[in-house]
Amino acid sequence: MSDAELADTPPTHDHYATLEQQAAAVKIALAIFLASEALLFTGIFALVVAYQSDWPHAFQIGIAHNTKVLGSINTGVLLISSTLVAVAVDAQRAGRRVLAGSLTLATAVLGIVFLVIKMTEYAQHFSEGIYPGGRGHFFLEHPEHGLPTFWSLYYLATGLHAVHVTVGTGILVYRGIRVFKGSLQHSLEASALYWHFVDVVWIFLWPIFYLA
Amino acid sequence: MTVAADLPIPPGAEPAKKSFLRAKTTFLSWALTTDHKRIGILFFFATTLMLALGGLFAMLIRIEHLTPGPTIMTAETYDRMFTLHGVIMVWLFMIPSIPTTFGNFILPLQIGATEVAFPKLNLASFYVYLLGASIVILSLFLGGIDTGWTFYVPYSAHTPARVLPTCLGIFIVGWSSIMTGVNFIATVHTMRVKGLRWMKIPLFTWAIYGTSIIQILATPVLAMVLIIVGIDHAFDWGMFDPARGGDPVLFQHLFWFYSHPAVYIMILPAMGVVSDVIPTFARKNPFSYRAIVYSTLGIAFVGFLAWGHHMFVAGISTFDAGAFGVLSMMVSIFSAIKVFTWVGTLKNGSISLKAPLLYVFSFFFLFTFGGMTGVALATMALDVHWTDTYFVVAHFHFIMVGGTFTGFLAALHYWLPKVTGRMYSERWALIAWALVTAGFAVTFTPQFFLGNGGMPRRYYDDPPQFQWLHVTSTVGSWALGAGMVMVLVYITYSFFRGAPAGPNPWGSRSFEWRTASPPPERNFQGPVDFAIDAYDYTTPQEPE
Repeated sequence: MSDAELADTPPTHDHYATLEQQAAAVKIALAIFLASEALLFTGIFALVVAYQSDWPHAFQIGIAHNTKVLGSINTGVLLISSTLVAVAVDAQRAGRRVLAGSLTLATAVLGIVFLVIKMTEYAQHFSEGIYPGGRGHFFLEHPEHGLPTFWSLYYLATGLHAVHVTVGTGILVYRGIRVFKGSLQHSLEASALYWHFVDVVWIFLWPIFYLA
Repeated sequence: MTVAADLPIPPGAEPAKKSFLRAKTTFLSWALTTDHKRIGILFFFATTLMLALGGLFAMLIRIEHLTPGPTIMTAETYDRMFTLHGVIMVWLFMIPSIPTTFGNFILPLQIGATEVAFPKLNLASFYVYLLGASIVILSLFLGGIDTGWTFYVPYSAHTPARVLPTCLGIFIVGWSSIMTGVNFIATVHTMRVKGLRWMKIPLFTWAIYGTSIIQILATPVLAMVLIIVGIDHAFDWGMFDPARGGDPVLFQHLFWFYSHPAVYIMILPAMGVVSDVIPTFARKNPFSYRAIVYSTLGIAFVGFLAWGHHMFVAGISTFDAGAFGVLSMMVSIFSAIKVFTWVGTLKNGSISLKAPLLYVFSFFFLFTFGGMTGVALATMALDVHWTDTYFVVAHFHFIMVGGTFTGFLAALHYWLPKVTGRMYSERWALIAWALVTAGFAVTFTPQFFLGNGGMPRRYYDDPPQFQWLHVTSTVGSWALGAGMVMVLVYITYSFFRGAPAGPNPWGSRSFEWRTASPPPERNFQGPVDFAIDAYDYTTPQEPE
């Protein structure tokens, strides 16, 4: 739907006076919800920062052990996906429904690619005997104090992020299919904004667990 | 005196042809309703049930202290009892109660909206709350928990009690809290009736708005830390275990980062009720509307920076303790601004001494005394002496519990005619008010002396010199309990059989009274006139 078409469209729920009001409500609600989500991850980041200052050496070993290449590829995957969904929003604004829908679905595919790479990493860690809570033979070979904490935080933070990627991918698949049929402008914008948020969280996780 | 007589029924407030209560009457029309008014009532039943349960545990705890040694329960049961009392009262009653019941019912009416921004999300929030509450209650049958409501590590990571289900239940209730908060903020931003500017919004709505901001920003941090404690307990990760490089003080930081703002989640809505009740019963505009709005936002902001005063004995530096002490005292500046504004509003007012205002007076008493002991507790030197004693228990039961609870009761009496169109009995209300207020004072005043004398909180047994204070406190709890049961009985009676109240029995000018009581399904019967301000008692209200 183009902007011109939208102006005449009634809201899809009758407790709103106009579609504009409906869009405004969705946008502000999402912005507030993302603020809430940001604080959720802030809780973890606070723990990471505090424990990193307690056990700098253990964190160095842990970070060095992580596969920089896979982590960085995943960063690329998410950045490209974010670009695609941003273009999809623009395409929908221009009234190019099919392009917008395809780009949204492509974003979802990249979300799945991200998850596959992440799972590969987890599988690799497990095979090396690295489990959360300091379990596994890796910790017998590397008895440094603070190393179990690093890996627990790693699993917790990236795991929580992976849950968000999964939810985001689901939203994008649903939204992508709807866009083909002519979805509301603000609905796609909201889905895209959520995806950008998921992306931004990874932009923080990447240096913390792979580069520092 | 009746104030209603000099106020003609404004257009739009004639009795509704079909009120929201009678529009549909099937079970499913309630269970699957998206009407914010009905959801408010559903939440009222659920949270009141939790209040009854938490109150019952409190009574049993007090009875245990009636005699030295074991009275009615073992030490182990006692630990579980005070933990569940705290968990249920904090997360299942005080945090959700006023926002989800009266906030849900009144907020859209006060801004001239027909609904909240997301009615389905609102209903979902109710069921998420029910799910979380059920899991917490379930953990009671699985053996309960004995950590205290604060879940302090390392004990909570190793206790044989059921930590995981309780943490999970609170985590889920947190979702409900965030959903409701998001909904209210979006509603206030986007659903206001045309022409209703921010600085015209009634003060109760402002208070719920400020509360919602705290809810959405603080709750996720608690969610995070509770997940970790639950995992630590269930899978032994040792995230906060000092033997494995963990830091228990870090847990306290994260826990209080939520749980200190949480006391403002509890008290701000009560302050909102007070701010709305006083102008109505003094028939005067607030001494300063802006002072109340800005101090609400001020408390919401500074409340986030004061958590360290819970940790004065946790080994934080003297500098930190001083800084947190000063920041904590800033909250009392904003609170004092509010109290003085309220008192200024009452001055020279045409006061009508009805139950809602009586509870507001109890609020003043409990809040002011609780607040002043709070300022004392915010200084490290004094706090070290009082930490983990009954002094702290008395302090927060005065200010946080007493404040929230009297605010809740004021709201209940004030808005009962709005919700049901029926009136409670003023005589019974007066007796119950006297019992509740006296009960509160007699229960918790001795606890200040107990704490100052060195009686630690959460102890099963007590030395003989404290016995008489414990007995006094227990007797007080009976008066409090009796008053609460009385309120429950006559409010239930009034709900079905109360005298018809008319559209606006208090003669209030606030926006929610400009429609029928009980309101019709879509809140207003035609366009609402918001030309006269919510607190304008000088402009005569002319019928058309």
